[in-house]
Amino acid sequence: MTTSPLQTAGRFVGQSVKRKEDPRLVTGHGRYVDDVTVPGMLHAAFLRSDVARGRITRLDVAAARECSGVHAVLTAADLNDRPAGPMLPSMFADGSQGISAPVRPLADGDVRFVGDPIALVVADSRYVAEDACELIEVEYEPLTAVVDFERAADDTENLVHPELGSNIASTMATPPDAALDEALSRAAHVVTETFYQQRQTPTPMETRGIVAHWDPYAAALRVWMSSQNPHEVRRTCARILGVAESRVRVVQQDVGGGFGQKYFMPRDEMTVVLASHLLGRPVKWIEDRRENLLSSNHARRDRATVTVGVDADGRIVGARIEHLEDSGAYANGGTGGTGMFVAMMFPGPYRIPRLGWSTTAVWTNTCGRGAYRGPWMMETVAREEMMDVVARAIGLDPLEFRRRNVIGRDELPYATASGMVYEHVSPSETLEQAASLIDYDGFRSRQAEARANGRYLGVGLGLYIEPQAGMGALGVEAANVRVEPDGTVNVFVGSGSHGQSLETTVAQVVAEHLGVDIDAVAVHQGDTDVAPFGGGTGGSRSGPILSPAARQAALEVRDKAIRIAAHLMEAAPDDLEIDGGVISVRGTPARSTTLAQVATTAYQQSDLLPPGMEPGLEVISRYKAPPVMYSNACHACTCEVDAATGHVTLTRYVVSEDCGVMINPMVVEGQIAGGVVQGIGGVLYEQIVYDDEGNPLTTTFLDYLVPTAAEVPVIEYGHVETPAATPGGYKGMGEGGAIGSVPAVFNAVADALAPLGARVNRLPLGPSEVLAAIEAAPAR
Amino acid sequence: MKMVTVTVTVNGEPRRASVEARKTLADFLREDCALTGTHLGCEHGVCGACTVLLDGAAVRSCLVFAVQADGADITTIEGIGGPGGELSPVQAAFRDAHGLQCGFCTPGFVVSVTAFLRDNADPTDEEIRDALSGNLCRCTGYQGIINAVRLAARAGVR
Ligand code: FES
Ligand code: FES
Repeated sequence: MTTSPLQTAGRFVGQSVKRKEDPRLVTGHGRYVDDVTVPGMLHAAFLRSDVARGRITRLDVAAARECSGVHAVLTAADLNDRPAGPMLPSMFADGSQGISAPVRPLADGDVRFVGDPIALVVADSRYVAEDACELIEVEYEPLTAVVDFERAADDTENLVHPELGSNIASTMATPPDAALDEALSRAAHVVTETFYQQRQTPTPMETRGIVAHWDPYAAALRVWMSSQNPHEVRRTCARILGVAESRVRVVQQDVGGGFGQKYFMPRDEMTVVLASHLLGRPVKWIEDRRENLLSSNHARRDRATVTVGVDADGRIVGARIEHLEDSGAYANGGTGGTGMFVAMMFPGPYRIPRLGWSTTAVWTNTCGRGAYRGPWMMETVAREEMMDVVARAIGLDPLEFRRRNVIGRDELPYATASGMVYEHVSPSETLEQAASLIDYDGFRSRQAEARANGRYLGVGLGLYIEPQAGMGALGVEAANVRVEPDGTVNVFVGSGSHGQSLETTVAQVVAEHLGVDIDAVAVHQGDTDVAPFGGGTGGSRSGPILSPAARQAALEVRDKAIRIAAHLMEAAPDDLEIDGGVISVRGTPARSTTLAQVATTAYQQSDLLPPGMEPGLEVISRYKAPPVMYSNACHACTCEVDAATGHVTLTRYVVSEDCGVMINPMVVEGQIAGGVVQGIGGVLYEQIVYDDEGNPLTTTFLDYLVPTAAEVPVIEYGHVETPAATPGGYKGMGEGGAIGSVPAVFNAVADALAPLGARVNRLPLGPSEVLAAIEAAPAR
Repeated sequence: MKMVTVTVTVNGEPRRASVEARKTLADFLREDCALTGTHLGCEHGVCGACTVLLDGAAVRSCLVFAVQADGADITTIEGIGGPGGELSPVQAAFRDAHGLQCGFCTPGFVVSVTAFLRDNADPTDEEIRDALSGNLCRCTGYQGIINAVRLAARAGVR
């Protein structure tokens, strides 16, 4: 449901154009990394640790090496002295972003989590490689594993990384703030609560994978990889092999989802590159699902203790958040965490005049923490869950409490206590639109009737502001728009679309601004030999950063085409327009030429060009984004809790989103829906579980429960459109669906449980957790 | 390793290959028949990405050995549409209803839905959700997929 008309629907921008990607994908003709075959290609499998922390006392690979069809069994002795540079993402490689885990290709002397790679077998087939893994003999002296992230910081005896001397990966805090203390001491109410988010993992349906081919004769590396960010892979490969970036070609073709997991180059893929370099052969490694759940990256294990003070009118006077996150053993770069973002974004859409925060990340003997759609989302989870806790504590409805504190449009630009400056956002409007779409007031009366009949219904809200980082390496995108002599258009971009539909949306932007039909535009990405350098796709950045680059390049090409046409037609450039690839005099359509004619002239009849003009019809444009951009949304959902079984049924789900100018509303709504269902999974179903010894108990899709079509509600959409100030007015929105949904669903369940006196503060909320909360409720 | 000969018909074409007895049907289709549209999302029978039609029945090709399919008639995602690249009604509905994003799960869904609508041309919403519950998608939140099945049912799948 679209409740507000688009302000800016053009021929193509603003239209739900069908996707260019789909014909190949729905017919089975996509090309994913496992579909790549290279002559002479070998297949790799990892042998991984099955103890969480221990010394390797024996490692015998002799029998595996004897196995027929095995080309190499590589251990730390073979590979660990080969990296020519740090096995880290580029932005962490120089150490300026703080401490990173001491990453090594293979475990050397000790293992630090279940799944830690110990050996890499390279064989004629994956079947043989796995057979040989079983012939490797490893013995361990098990050591006490650091598993509980709440106790890790204090454990000075058992260190996850002895080299680092502490289990504390990083810790930061605001200085003491007398004004905050004062505000809290004078507040009419002060409420403190601790919230937990459980460990989850992105589980893209396509696992990770790579084909790496070091060609010793050409002294060049070719890589095909399931990645979100091919240029980052190229930089990393060049660094670890000590070769020039120009000797490395990375090709990312179709990618079966990533959600952050494939944004940087993971350790295992680097190890496969080192193996190919050593062997001089193409090597393919495709992660299996068990490995993906065990050792790719985990996310979201957080604790936050929040204190909020409110005055007698229910207005927030100050807040504090103490945040702790679990980095696991080998976080992919830095701590893998986002504590700074959690702290900075904690005020979200509310007026919080003073804020204090602390954030700590700890190492544990578990799979490393990494990005998962909205990696810093604990700020919204803790804040929005807290809004409901405070509202209940002071006797206000959660909607009313939000209304009293939400930032209004007339207050923009608004600087938060953490120093973020919001502009062009609409939190109040999305709050009201979501409340109206879900019929909040009507629901409250139906809920009261149901309670009288012994049924427990609940409604929950999740209001947030979603930042898109535009600083440093994340701030620039490029588009190369090239009109070919026949008037068709090739567009080369440095993104790494893996489901985001950029082949369609970038084509929409180019077609709109160049003045051609969308069928005339083809978008190419993912080949570092062809695409301009770019930051890949992640962090909700392709919409707000790449689109302006494509728009600008298209406008510049259009301008040049018009100047050429004006010269050929002896007309004034200002009198000309381009539509559908035809350039004509405005109002006199008979006086026209075609973009094909202009392009042919530009390349092949350059003597006919205006004097001094450079031949060709091609532009590369780079766009530098502002350091941070913002979109916003409000989620609202209703549920019924079965107090006898603990089962939660979501009955309605509404999202009111403001992502500025929508390039393709169908794609926007698809992104929201995907994120929402990941959030629903995060509240009701998904959890990575370790036992006390650090053994993972969730290693198949039978244990790690991803939502299916049977569990998800119908999602309804409302759109508020506040254009960004950036060219085109586009904002990022890829992650928000996964952020707002978690507190919305949590709050709905908590609301349903409130009359039972049951209190919840931990995720997930599966039937057993809900029943436990009901049982623990004080008798009333 | 014991080798066996497998003779099958895949998308109307006879295929014959000598394979290891332990080779799965999925790997046989992907490697020996070079039909890479059949995807592997879990290799333990849960995600449904590897679904193909085996003598008309939707099966998970990661759970079937190639040798077990000997003599069978197999349809993979590549055999669902027309030979010139025309989309089947189910494929067209997935496109029209934005039933896919990354597309990795899509072959399994399209094959499963094709069999489902063949057997139940006018399903209720609950029957649709139930039928889809054996396939996992991590991108779409299923909204577009459910709409695609409705659309295909309305279009009348033969
Ligand atoms: S790969 Fe066969 S069901 Fe997942
Ligand atoms: S479209 Fe990506 S998993 Fe379904």
